[in-house]
Amino acid sequence: MNTFIALTGQAIVLGAIYALVALGYTLVYGVLRLINFAHSEIWMWGSFAAVWVLTAVGASRGQGPVAIIGLLLLALVAAMLTSAAVALLVERVAYRRLRRVNAPPLIALISAIGASFCLGEIMGLRDKIVGWVGLRDTLDAYVRGARDNTRFPNPLQSSPLFHIGTYGVTNIDVIIVISALVMMVVLDQFIRRSRLGRGIRAVAQDSEAAALMGVNKDRVIQVTFLLGGIMAGGAALMYLMKIGVTRWNAGFIIGLKAFTAAVLGGIGNVRGALVGGFVLGLAENYGSALIGTQWKDVVAFVLLVAILLFRPTGLLGESLGRSRA
Amino acid sequence: MSERWERLPKWARIVLLLLGALLLYLLPLIDPPYLSPSGSDFGAVLFNVAAYVLVALGLNVVVGYAGLLDLGYVGFYAIGAYTVGVLGSLHGHLPLLLLLPLAAVVTLVSGIILGAPTLRVRGDYLAIVTLGFGEIVRLTLINWGWVGQAAGISDVPRPPSLSLFDLPHLSWNGGIASIDLSNTTTFLKFGILDQTPYYWLALTVIFIVLFAERMLVHSRVGRAWEATREDEDAAELMGVPTFKFKLLAFAIGAFIGGLSGALFATRQAFINPESFPLLLSILFIAAVVVGGAGNRLGVIIGAIVVSYLPELFRPFADFRVLIFGGLLVLLANFRPQGLLPPKRTVRAKKLDEKFEELEEGTAHA
Repeated sequence: MNTFIALTGQAIVLGAIYALVALGYTLVYGVLRLINFAHSEIWMWGSFAAVWVLTAVGASRGQGPVAIIGLLLLALVAAMLTSAAVALLVERVAYRRLRRVNAPPLIALISAIGASFCLGEIMGLRDKIVGWVGLRDTLDAYVRGARDNTRFPNPLQSSPLFHIGTYGVTNIDVIIVISALVMMVVLDQFIRRSRLGRGIRAVAQDSEAAALMGVNKDRVIQVTFLLGGIMAGGAALMYLMKIGVTRWNAGFIIGLKAFTAAVLGGIGNVRGALVGGFVLGLAENYGSALIGTQWKDVVAFVLLVAILLFRPTGLLGESLGRSRA
Repeated sequence: MSERWERLPKWARIVLLLLGALLLYLLPLIDPPYLSPSGSDFGAVLFNVAAYVLVALGLNVVVGYAGLLDLGYVGFYAIGAYTVGVLGSLHGHLPLLLLLPLAAVVTLVSGIILGAPTLRVRGDYLAIVTLGFGEIVRLTLINWGWVGQAAGISDVPRPPSLSLFDLPHLSWNGGIASIDLSNTTTFLKFGILDQTPYYWLALTVIFIVLFAERMLVHSRVGRAWEATREDEDAAELMGVPTFKFKLLAFAIGAFIGGLSGALFATRQAFINPESFPLLLSILFIAAVVVGGAGNRLGVIIGAIVVSYLPELFRPFADFRVLIFGGLLVLLANFRPQGLLPPKRTVRAKKLDEKFEELEEGTAHA
């Protein structure tokens, strides 16, 4: 029973992170009908931004609560801004021209894959790249071990807040789940109520009709990438608080999981991403407890295949456009 | 270019094709400067390219002809390789010449098993299901004791060697070639050091596959695939059993992928799950799309680009993935139909332009 509670607790925390990253896939898919393969790298750049900004201000453990909150907020803002900027860059470089010429979706996928390689490699080669401009020594703290794990100088000490059975729920767990939920509610309300949100839904529903009605399609698509990037930045900080390290290729596996979550819940459906994230987290953790941790990822993918076979549009269906319009 | 080719008499075309094929066989012996990357065995590089070409041809049947996006093709590649490894070394000692077709058949069956339930799923989702399949295969190989787990399989059987006679390589000094008798390749000796014979084997398989594929595409089957790809509902209404033909394309693609994996396994002599990362699936797709999905020649060029360019960049070893990624973005943006789009697409585009001209003409009149 206690392991069950521990597993569920871990699953909910992981699921929240998956769901936030999944939002990036879901938003872009909803509007463009394209899988943004570079989203995992958008997330990864956010995670490095969080690490770097805390390294720059010299964050360490054992500070007062005000300082801790300040540092975490600083890291959050840095991660969100960086991820959003990278997302906009990806849209500009890898997608915009292709949209103009009405290229087949497969080509957009290739373009995104290329962008994803570039973004990942630039991070993995950052020591060499700064070496070219002669800043290798000045920036040593940021570029050392470019291909290895980079540790997050977490200002917040993990400590159990309260116990369920014998499982201690830590302050970090609580912060992650609450802030992920807040971010998702804000996003959901933004899409439902704001003017831009209405634009996003309109383009998702019928982009040509939306354009005829005076929606600026390019602007809407930019906003979509921007929102996905912001969510990925938030997820990056949460991941760092929970896992503690990031690396140049850490985006790949989390991106794959998040994508699975997005499809599980129904890609293109914002609330589906939340459901998908939690379902995936739970299935992974229970599955690995039942048949061994080494099968954890297999469980995730078998579940994905099974759900798609029986409910081809995901648990909640595809409906960024259709959702209560 | 292609028109001039069509105008040649048939015997001239056959002679030219045979000459081209001979040149391809001799390529590792000629060892041309600039083309062969310095510091690595050109035969090995060529084998690698040939393996990619074979994979791309197989994937082209699935993606190019039938229009099904398969992101887990590496799964079939792995199944082919592991069939050879498991039955040839780990749990049996079948000879390789039997294992090659066997691996292809096992992979074909796996393709049908995967395809039968999943091909009913719509396009984008099929991509995800196959992506999941590729990962499931890899993770199963890592975790399943019977297939050697992470340690992999060593001593994969080699093809039988003939060792008839030695062939000298050319050695280049500036622009002048001379025959280098100290550097020879023994004709059909499948050893570890000289990989040229594996290249010849792979090249032969490619020619057989190309021939068989050509027959297929110019038959009723090929037309059914084209119809399915362009408009599935219309094809179904016209009496094409689309599901059956999609499954056929999937199975044939798997068959060729398995064959390629089997060749890879015997060349490597050692395989482990890390040889089959998801990234490989992505590269395979890139090969097909970069060249021009649906065009045989384009796909071959795409495979050469994807497998050979990184070798050429070896002097900048650290940066080759970065350069490759940048090239993919550029290619996608400036040649969105691929380097060599299929003839159909070109024809359709011309027709569209003609229609537009006509419409404008009436508007002006």
